[in-house]
Amino acid sequence: MDLSNINPVLLVASLMVSATPILLAAIGEMVVEKSGVLNLGVEGMMITGAVIGFIVAINTGAPLLGFAIAAVAGAILSLSFGVLTQVFLSNQVATGLGLTLVGLGLSSLLGKPYEGMKAETLPKLDIPLLSDLPVLGRMIFSHDIMVYLSLLLVLAVWAFLKFTRAGLILRAVGESHDSAHALGYKVIRVRIAAIMFGGACAGLGGAYLSLVRVPQWTEGMTAGAGWIALAIVVFASWRAGRVLVGAYLFGGITVLQLNLQAAGMTWGVQYLSMSPYLITILVLVFISSNRKRGSHDAPASLGQTFHATR
Amino acid sequence: MIRKTLLASAAAAATLAAAPAMAQDPTEACFVYVGPIGDGGWTYQHHQGALAVKEEYGDAVNIRWQESVPEGADAERVITQMAISGCDIIFTTSFGYMDATNAVAAKFPDVKFEHATGYKREHPNVSTYNARFYEGRAVVGHIAGKMTQTNKIGYIASFPIPEVVMGINSYYHHAKLANPDVELVVTWAYTWFDPAKEADAARAMLDQGVDVITAHTDSTAPLAEIGKEGGSAWGFGQASDMAAFTTNDDGTPGPRIASIIDEWSPYYVKRVGQLMDGTYEQIDSWAGMPEGEVVIGEMTDAIPADVQAEAQAMIDAITSGEYHPFTGPINKQDGSAWLAEGETASDGDLLSMGFYIEGITGDIPN
Repeated sequence: MDLSNINPVLLVASLMVSATPILLAAIGEMVVEKSGVLNLGVEGMMITGAVIGFIVAINTGAPLLGFAIAAVAGAILSLSFGVLTQVFLSNQVATGLGLTLVGLGLSSLLGKPYEGMKAETLPKLDIPLLSDLPVLGRMIFSHDIMVYLSLLLVLAVWAFLKFTRAGLILRAVGESHDSAHALGYKVIRVRIAAIMFGGACAGLGGAYLSLVRVPQWTEGMTAGAGWIALAIVVFASWRAGRVLVGAYLFGGITVLQLNLQAAGMTWGVQYLSMSPYLITILVLVFISSNRKRGSHDAPASLGQTFHATR
Repeated sequence: MIRKTLLASAAAAATLAAAPAMAQDPTEACFVYVGPIGDGGWTYQHHQGALAVKEEYGDAVNIRWQESVPEGADAERVITQMAISGCDIIFTTSFGYMDATNAVAAKFPDVKFEHATGYKREHPNVSTYNARFYEGRAVVGHIAGKMTQTNKIGYIASFPIPEVVMGINSYYHHAKLANPDVELVVTWAYTWFDPAKEADAARAMLDQGVDVITAHTDSTAPLAEIGKEGGSAWGFGQASDMAAFTTNDDGTPGPRIASIIDEWSPYYVKRVGQLMDGTYEQIDSWAGMPEGEVVIGEMTDAIPADVQAEAQAMIDAITSGEYHPFTGPINKQDGSAWLAEGETASDGDLLSMGFYIEGITGDIPN
């Protein structure tokens, strides 16, 4: 094995790109779950975002507009979930799974004419001074704008939940919807807003796949990224900073194992290949075995149906 | 779709019973796909074959298919469903359907089963078919050996099965013949279809100085990733032509400089035809360039003219049967002799291939 072949600068650079789709989807889902709603439809919203973003980018030549519309599409799709679960009180798990199926089917229908086409991708930013830094410039400061936007989003979500009144209300709704309701907060409105935010983020994550990471549209291209995002939320025990760590860790191990293989690592390739999933499981076990924290961090009303008369 | 056709065929059966004088039922040819038709690669090509069957026989056949069927328990359910719903011949188009196909075949002796790339024919109604993809790998291996500037070429491998090992060996052997300094980097992706992961695998190799990559996975993502290098790295269409990557938007040559196309149409048309005229028999088919099942897609001008001519000469030699891509002398990785001077590999050896040839570094995961 020749480890010197692995250039750490390029490794970190490709890690950041690799982790961005799941980071976007996971930070959105975290907000949804913080409000007490479990939306298992992340995969469906992601792939819908991927196809819509791609279609818009092809037809307008403007990838940024593609991202914007993808976010809107993800939000609209998630609104259907919101209406079903919040207004009609359907089961969240079943509805979320249904949303995934709808998203997968809808995207392959919409995407049919766009297979094999190439869209304009996002340019890499050239930040004055920062991009010219010797090592960090290439590693961290020469990505496309969405990478930074995803990081900003994590920061914004953290600040929102920790410091703002609205964030406090959202958390209250997630911890005990009955108390929040008794205090006069609009539980359903808060939750629908959170669900739509989650949908928009998943849409962005999907569009990042089809417009930057892979850049093309292929049916089923998310290939389970939405489920990873869901796992990362639990992994992160519903904290924004840890969502970032989780997503980068997952992306990092994936990229690292491929690099190790390419550098001639000769043993245990299959273990390396499963390592991202294995480590995720290990951390989940570790977190939930730790009684003092861990599972107690889950929003208390997570997944429960709310109706004002009960 | 299945349910709808089930109802339709039930209705058709009812009508037939009432009016036995009606024309013969169309033959139902059914296909089980491992990925979406829109993968632009493996499944897309199988579907093209299915469409060719319909085109050839028109109203005399109905084709039906199910996409994205996972290898495993689901496959058995889907195949059973097809058999129940009146399929006369069922093509299961991925290696992982092998056991499911044989299990269902035992229960439906009147239905014909055709399993792609497998080797188990446990019942008289199961045939297997495959294409000699290693013939295509030989040609792109030669091109890769000539094209590489860094002397590092890459192979995105899917799973450690003989089919893939054969491809790796053929690719490397011919790259080495074309360029003695060439070094091969193999990356196992452990998936047939995951565009993001395939792109990551291509990226990892590109970052380490690999400049010609071939993939054994199904999507076009590796080509898209190679394209980001802006003309300093090259790749090949896999399974399908992937012509969209032939030229970039600005008119410069794209990352795809040639391709290995799986052309299943001749086989599908032949087998369905045999079923209809009663000459159908259980077979184990392994055809390649001579039969037109493995085709090299158009070579682009990024390949120098003399290399194109050499590649074409190799294609012609394989097609006419003059040349076998595994012709000795070839040693195994550990240096022991495999094929003597002028000796060619037997099909049995190839179909159970579990070793690298001399010069490839690394081990086959098992």
